[in-house]
Amino acid sequence: MNDLLEIRWHGRGGQGVKTAALLLADVLFYSGKYVQGFPEYGPERMGAPVTAYNRISNDKIRVHSNIYEPGYVAVVDHSLIRSANVTKGLKKDGAILINTKLDPEEAKSLLKDFEGKVFTIDAETISIDILGKYFPNMPMLAGIIKMTKMMDENVFLENIETSLSRKFASKPQLVEGNMQVIKRSLEEVKGI
Amino acid sequence: MGIKDRLSGNEATAMAMKSMNMDVMAAFPITPSTEIPEQFSQYVANGLTDTVFVPVESEHSAMSACIGSQAAGARSCTATSSNGLALMHEMLHIASAMRLPITMACITRAITGPINIHNDHSDAMSSRDCGWIQIHAEDVQEAYDNYIMSVRIAEHKKVLLPVMICQDGFITSHAVENVELLEEEDIRSFVGFYEPDYYLLNPELKVAMGPYDPPTYLMEHKRQQAEAMIDSLDVIKEIYDEFGKLTGRYYDLIETYKIEDAERIIILLGSSAGTAKIVVDELRSKGEKVGIIKIRSYRPFPGKLIREALKSPKVVAVLDKAEGLSSIGGPVYSDVCAALNGNAGFKIVNYIYGIGGRDVRTDDIHEVFADLQDDIDGKESKAKTAANYRYLALRE
Amino acid sequence: MRQLGDGINAKVTWKEITLAGIVTDGGKSKDFETGDWRNSKPVWLAENCKQCLICTAFCPDSSIPVKDKKRVDFEYKHCKGCGICEKVCPFNAIEMKGEEE
Repeated sequence: MNDLLEIRWHGRGGQGVKTAALLLADVLFYSGKYVQGFPEYGPERMGAPVTAYNRISNDKIRVHSNIYEPGYVAVVDHSLIRSANVTKGLKKDGAILINTKLDPEEAKSLLKDFEGKVFTIDAETISIDILGKYFPNMPMLAGIIKMTKMMDENVFLENIETSLSRKFASKPQLVEGNMQVIKRSLEEVKGI
Repeated sequence: MGIKDRLSGNEATAMAMKSMNMDVMAAFPITPSTEIPEQFSQYVANGLTDTVFVPVESEHSAMSACIGSQAAGARSCTATSSNGLALMHEMLHIASAMRLPITMACITRAITGPINIHNDHSDAMSSRDCGWIQIHAEDVQEAYDNYIMSVRIAEHKKVLLPVMICQDGFITSHAVENVELLEEEDIRSFVGFYEPDYYLLNPELKVAMGPYDPPTYLMEHKRQQAEAMIDSLDVIKEIYDEFGKLTGRYYDLIETYKIEDAERIIILLGSSAGTAKIVVDELRSKGEKVGIIKIRSYRPFPGKLIREALKSPKVVAVLDKAEGLSSIGGPVYSDVCAALNGNAGFKIVNYIYGIGGRDVRTDDIHEVFADLQDDIDGKESKAKTAANYRYLALRE
Repeated sequence: MRQLGDGINAKVTWKEITLAGIVTDGGKSKDFETGDWRNSKPVWLAENCKQCLICTAFCPDSSIPVKDKKRVDFEYKHCKGCGICEKVCPFNAIEMKGEEE
């Protein structure tokens, strides 16, 4: 169980947080891992805080609870830094990825009592530049791969293209734009 | 032979129904089972199955439609949760009394009062006396396998009872996990063609079903249903073994985990069994003698298997994810006590847990094992409720 | 397992009784003689009868046989004595009488 990797996602309804968690499970499944991807359901409303989780392991995953001591946290909506306790239980040697225009140093100063690594990505700029609309989940997914180094980036790109083609089977035109977003996001993640 | 995939419990269930090419699905959507008819109706629309999909106006109608179509000779299925299952209640009894082998995915969720959409077992447990076989899954793989096996169990000539295939709402139904699927042709040859002895659309042998049963006969018919439930204990094992030969995944009506020399044993069902296994591993690595028994088949209740599995524990905890509101403990606890027939020779306690979606953490299971050690040591239990009837993770 | 009319009666055991009470073949109600439920019976007054056959259409128990397009006397094996035939007869050709009369 030592290789068990646990990730917690914080976002808001409508930002594609569940989709991001399920796609992360997808790309790691293609790499032969055992995966779990699941949302914590609350009021299913646009804007309401949403939490989702991932577990990744080389062995069968048997635990079926939420994650209380994640190794990594992804904050899809930076406003949650103020309203949700995003670093709660986050391991000391863990890391957090935040969608913000701030630098990692500035972002870190907003987090109370967290000594670990902080990564940031400006998902809004990337998404609007390429898609013309603000979907933060794909940049965050790329950011998670960069932060955790849990798989080779080229393998990730191959796997995510497969996943997106499957997900958007009826809207294949969406694959290309999202792939551009993901590639640029891999370049623009900043970390300390 | 197996196809490795990652699916949620709902997706895997819809996939199983599609692979078996069920004749009829009649369903009304309710959280958290909605995705099953949603996905299945897409399979139908895309021509991947020639199932007749009946979008009914309520769960009562869904079960009524299943009864009608199954009586007509069609292999029928549905899916529901919570209040949807409660609305079916009347028809559940009729389906089993008519001995119609309908299968239903029950995605367990708290029955509302107060309103709640999250997981517990109050829906399934409220249906335990309806004459349906009830099988519970720990994870997505079991939910998928259970469904395929259940069609065979239901239709077995010694059984002819409907089966409710339960998985934990959200925890299993909405979690994407690794799952190994079967090739469609293997599934279809495993389940075979549905050939009932009696069905309404048979021009060769005309029948009337569901007649009035006066006091002269009803008791005899109930005894017959009871016999089918008793016989199903062996039939389930037989079909599990056949499925095991096909897939390499062998099941039994209960699953024991590290109970050989266990002094403290937890009995439970559903997704929390996986979480409990992790705790057992942790405690075993410290030399503590603990184990669990997971009940897979809740109806028929495998009393004999449980009795035999409880060789010499010092104390046993039965976990109930439904309150039961009986004043003496939850439904599984009552059944385990009945199975032991008052001759246990060890203490047996009950915990009500995970109600209305309260998350069941490894810490909670640790707490139960710690309480059980206190029971062995004769210390006063931390549990504040009556000695044998306790709550887990309740704010006192 | 036995079928109705094939020894299914108040003595049949649970092992032998028909599965789920299923009734095979049609027309089983013919074997169930409801005539003994009757406490008054219709009597045909042939001299008043115009053979309009309204009574045969209304009889719920098929107890008024028709031969060569004409009704004949009542067949009492299934007649429950409901009196509908008397009510619908436009010619006072049917009269209800007590069983004892």
